[in-house]
Amino acid sequence: MTVMTMRDALNQALREELQRDESVFLMGEEVAEYQGAYKVTRNLLQEFGPKRVIDTPITELGFAGLGVGAAMAGLRPIIEFMTFNFSILATDQIINSAAKMLYMSGGQYKIPIVFRGPNGSAFQVSSQHSQAMESWYAYFPGVKVVMPSTPADAKGLLKSAIRDDDPVIFLEQERMYGNKGEVPDDEDFTIPLGVADVKREGTDATIIARSLMVPVALKAAEELEKQGVSCEVVDPRTIRPLDIETIVNSVKKTNRVVIAEESHHFCGVGAEIAAEIQVRAFDHLDAPIHRVSGADVPMPYAKNLEKLAIPDVEQIVKAVRAVAYLD
Amino acid sequence: MTKQARPTESRAGAEETSAAGVAEKEAEPEESAVMREDNVARKEEQKTRIEELDNETLLQMLHQMILIRRLEEKCAESYSLGKIGGFCHLYIGQEAVAVGALSALRPDDYVLTSYRDHGHAIAKGTPPDEIMAELYGKAGGCSKGKGGSMHLFDAGVNFLGGHGIVGGQIPLGTGVAFGTKYKGTDQVTLCFFGEAAVNQGAFHESLNMAQLWKLPCIYICENNQYGMGTSLQRAMSLHDVSMKACAYEMASEFVDGMDVLAVREAVARAVERARSDYAPTLLEVRTYRFMGHSMSDPGNYRTRTEIEKYQERDPIKLFTESLKEKGVLTDERLALIEGEVREAVERAARFADESPEPAPEELFTDVYANPLNGQ
Repeated sequence: MTVMTMRDALNQALREELQRDESVFLMGEEVAEYQGAYKVTRNLLQEFGPKRVIDTPITELGFAGLGVGAAMAGLRPIIEFMTFNFSILATDQIINSAAKMLYMSGGQYKIPIVFRGPNGSAFQVSSQHSQAMESWYAYFPGVKVVMPSTPADAKGLLKSAIRDDDPVIFLEQERMYGNKGEVPDDEDFTIPLGVADVKREGTDATIIARSLMVPVALKAAEELEKQGVSCEVVDPRTIRPLDIETIVNSVKKTNRVVIAEESHHFCGVGAEIAAEIQVRAFDHLDAPIHRVSGADVPMPYAKNLEKLAIPDVEQIVKAVRAVAYLD
Repeated sequence: MTKQARPTESRAGAEETSAAGVAEKEAEPEESAVMREDNVARKEEQKTRIEELDNETLLQMLHQMILIRRLEEKCAESYSLGKIGGFCHLYIGQEAVAVGALSALRPDDYVLTSYRDHGHAIAKGTPPDEIMAELYGKAGGCSKGKGGSMHLFDAGVNFLGGHGIVGGQIPLGTGVAFGTKYKGTDQVTLCFFGEAAVNQGAFHESLNMAQLWKLPCIYICENNQYGMGTSLQRAMSLHDVSMKACAYEMASEFVDGMDVLAVREAVARAVERARSDYAPTLLEVRTYRFMGHSMSDPGNYRTRTEIEKYQERDPIKLFTESLKEKGVLTDERLALIEGEVREAVERAARFADESPEPAPEELFTDVYANPLNGQ
């Protein structure tokens, strides 16, 4: 085990997979000479050369589609979006080409591609550069959507995503790149897609959190522990396909659920999880499911307003106390 | 980069249409310098080209063109009988483009196109049986009945599909060319699209990358002069599609799409550039579709006179006459070809009729190559 940042864990995963498989290449804006806008691709150009680590023009639709075409020709592209905000320009190629190619070709053309980059809020960059896109992509059959919350998960899941034969939307979080954690040293360390992780065990309530909300939920659980409430924190890690079994098993144990998410609640991933829980564990619920979500507004610039727009420990504590009927 | 056969000078702004976009006079699309009014001169040129090819190649090309025409006629019939559903875009009038272009390829080269894809699939070698079964939504279709008319795919012959979003296949073709160069093969990729796709960002983003990175992709704009019901004059500020290559310093040519051999020659030159030098090319192939945009087209945006004018230049009629005049084709041989084609089309329709519907379980297969959690 080595303690490292999320940024370095992702960098290690990219390096190992580029080493392992000649058909893997990395392409995106500023990934090579600039060393990555967030330094996730640091030194990869120096190590693998310009054939495999490729700077693109600012042409998101173009290079996303080029990646899908390269996958049709048998390669395994990793396409970096500097942030997922810019992936909006490329949605036609992600959704209409990547997600549907295998199906509409009757199984003839698989698309083993990873679209990765930071998703969700950043620091004071206002509305167009601070938004969580997971419900957009998770909506479509044909893609897989992954959201790691720790350096180890980031590394293990990214390696699995690169080895997977389907298009994977791999959503990192800019605020988390500097987060540190222990990461296994084994080069064959992977974490399977579609498997949730119980980040903390508990008995009184389940907090389902992903990405940025996992550390926030863990802090809330610590706080609640002091108040005599034992919380289980479940991190789905993969949004599509969702490991609903692990979630439901936790709900059956605790009977109370709070879903914490950075994204908007309307038509969000939390709504989908809540719908699945009420079908599969209705009789186990002792309270309605609560959601703690990002404010239903475009992200503001002002520091104080931005803070109000993102769920925090206090909001999660309050929601857990509400589902436990403590207030 | 040398420019091959530069297009005629830009005619931007030379045409006037009413604000509503309805041509106030008899619609007369601009005459290109290459697509001649003069069928006699065109035929003379084609006859010169005939001398450079062996008879079997020529007759095989004619066979393919007639096969596409008759299969499309059968599609129209089957569509009206309700055997084909959804959108169905026929290729009648444009046969010389796919046949001429693909005749310049090796079997291991790649082809992608738009939703008007039946002709390209045939020319690439997908069996008509499987094409017809796909159109009928049957299990024996080349995409197992899941793609339909707009999404024919055949990995066996490197036919990478029919794509339904205008211009969507252009970045894909660019990526396929990137892939072959990355792997170090000398395969080339032909990426077809209509002239309306040229107004999409995907076209410009792709050409920029292809020239910047020298990708062996040949972009073939089948300019049939109408994007659905909107004429090129009403949709494009610069009417000369081939000139758009200048913005990317890409080689380009302007080709008469009614002359199958002119198309073949231009594509052969582009293939040579792509194979030997990884150089991309933009070809504007001027053509005309004799049928509507799709089967539901009311056709009220162009005149009968205009359609008849282009039917005079029917690429199959032209090629047949040229071959006969050069002594390559006899009436007997033509009858033989027509007979073989008729039989192939009937066989395809029969195969499609008899092919079973996809099994209900097929609804959930092919969503993921590596399914997880029962998805």
